[in-house]
Amino acid sequence: MITYEWLYILAGSFFALWAVLSLLDRSNGKRLGNAAFWGLLAASFLLGSHLSDFANGLLVLAMVGIAGIGGLGRSDPATTTVGQRFDFSKLLGNRLFLPALIVPVTAVAGTLLYNYTPLFETGLFEERRETLILFGIGVIFALVAAMIWLKPPLLAPAEEGRRLLDSIGWAAILPQMLAALGAVFALAGVGDVIGGAAGTLIPENNILIAVIVFCLGMAIFTMIMGNAFAAFPVMAAAIGIPLLVEDYGGNPAVIGAVGMLAGFCGTLMTPMAANFNIVPAALLELKDQNGVIRQQIGTAIPLWFCNVAIIYIGAFLLWN
Amino acid sequence: MADYLVLSGILIVVVGFALRFNPLLVVVVAAIVTGLLGGLDFVAVIEALGKAFNDNRYISVTWIILPVIGLLERYGLQQRARAVIESVRGATMGKLLLVYLLFRQVTAAIGMKDVGGHPQAVRPLVAPMAEAAAEKSHGDLPEDEREKVKAMSAATDNVGLFFGEDIFFAIASILLIQGVFESAGYPLTPLQLSVWAIPTAICAFFIHGSRILAFDRRLGRVMGGTTR
Repeated sequence: MITYEWLYILAGSFFALWAVLSLLDRSNGKRLGNAAFWGLLAASFLLGSHLSDFANGLLVLAMVGIAGIGGLGRSDPATTTVGQRFDFSKLLGNRLFLPALIVPVTAVAGTLLYNYTPLFETGLFEERRETLILFGIGVIFALVAAMIWLKPPLLAPAEEGRRLLDSIGWAAILPQMLAALGAVFALAGVGDVIGGAAGTLIPENNILIAVIVFCLGMAIFTMIMGNAFAAFPVMAAAIGIPLLVEDYGGNPAVIGAVGMLAGFCGTLMTPMAANFNIVPAALLELKDQNGVIRQQIGTAIPLWFCNVAIIYIGAFLLWN
Repeated sequence: MADYLVLSGILIVVVGFALRFNPLLVVVVAAIVTGLLGGLDFVAVIEALGKAFNDNRYISVTWIILPVIGLLERYGLQQRARAVIESVRGATMGKLLLVYLLFRQVTAAIGMKDVGGHPQAVRPLVAPMAEAAAEKSHGDLPEDEREKVKAMSAATDNVGLFFGEDIFFAIASILLIQGVFESAGYPLTPLQLSVWAIPTAICAFFIHGSRILAFDRRLGRVMGGTTR
């Protein structure tokens, strides 16, 4: 049976390769920091299942320490020039989009094929894990196809991947860290405390008001923090899970997915989400640094109401 | 009352992010404080954090797609995306931004969220094209209207990305949702979550799309009396 463990070995090998390439890259003044950070992440993927919880915890603290002292830098791996890329794009045309399409097609078609044919009986994949495992297989297919078609130097995919990874930096593990925070919140009983308090504030069994409070919390916390990902574990632990899912019996998939999107409506309305709202105003040389936000509010507010309606209808009316 | 102390972790996250401390540092401090106030000793907190991080490794698996995207960029993926956008040259501003909104949503939905973006597409391409198209239909724009056209171009990129990307199942936000629900005892699959991004994506297209077209019409009314 193919499990996540296989996927972790694949991902761990990628991160290990990136750590080695970082170490060898003298163009990056902080190459030791990069090598240590990606090396520790590789260790987590390759060995995490065999380490003790405490050792995994120390590993997390070490990674956060490196990121916290600003230990990661950006490297500049060799790549093609803009002129060369322009020539290639003319030569290759829209076929360039095809290798990227291999990944979602493999994963989605593979999942459907697996779940709706007798293949399911074989138990080839760990239960509920087939899509992400097929995503990994799709990535390998896409890489092989692109390598055969484009014939780049052997290390090119690793170096190009490292170029993108370095532009993301430590933020690459932020979603995983936030999910871990959500787990610690659950363990410490945060949801019970807020759920109890919210239970007294929200009129009994008024599902619509509870949905509104959940979506409002997602949007407002996102606006304060500039980041819907950070708002999610908080609001899920506070209202989404204890109240909407447990007390009112709502569909968890709808509440999770659309709750996050209610948070994205908040992202459209806050200067704290600088990368999306303030940086483009500067790039476009706007006089009003909030000019982009002003154009987004008219979309964000009605869309937020849509999200409330989608949760109310999808997670409750259609579900029960 | 003492129970409410465990909520200080939430306060740390909110204040820490708002004050722009390193988010990883903020999250770890919030986790440790929450665990300690929740009655765990220090070693148990580190263990809980390590276990939770380890259990959620699949969220960071998504980065293995970077070599594919990087390789395609090496051979001109960005330039090809530009050519697609440029092919709508000659359209009105409304139609141009509407096509870009759809292009951004669809490419993000199939995992190519970096073919658009502000430095790569909006600044060099979408905003200048929108400006040129608006001036062609409505004549020379005053400074404040020109600013709004540029701002609307950037807004269209954001809306298209935010309400397209979650349809792609192997993306951090979807897997974060999965992780949080799984820790709470509700196992979900990525596809179960990502299909529920579709209704909002459709609403976003209609709401933002009609605002783009209304903006173009309003420019026509405002400018109608002053030019030609």
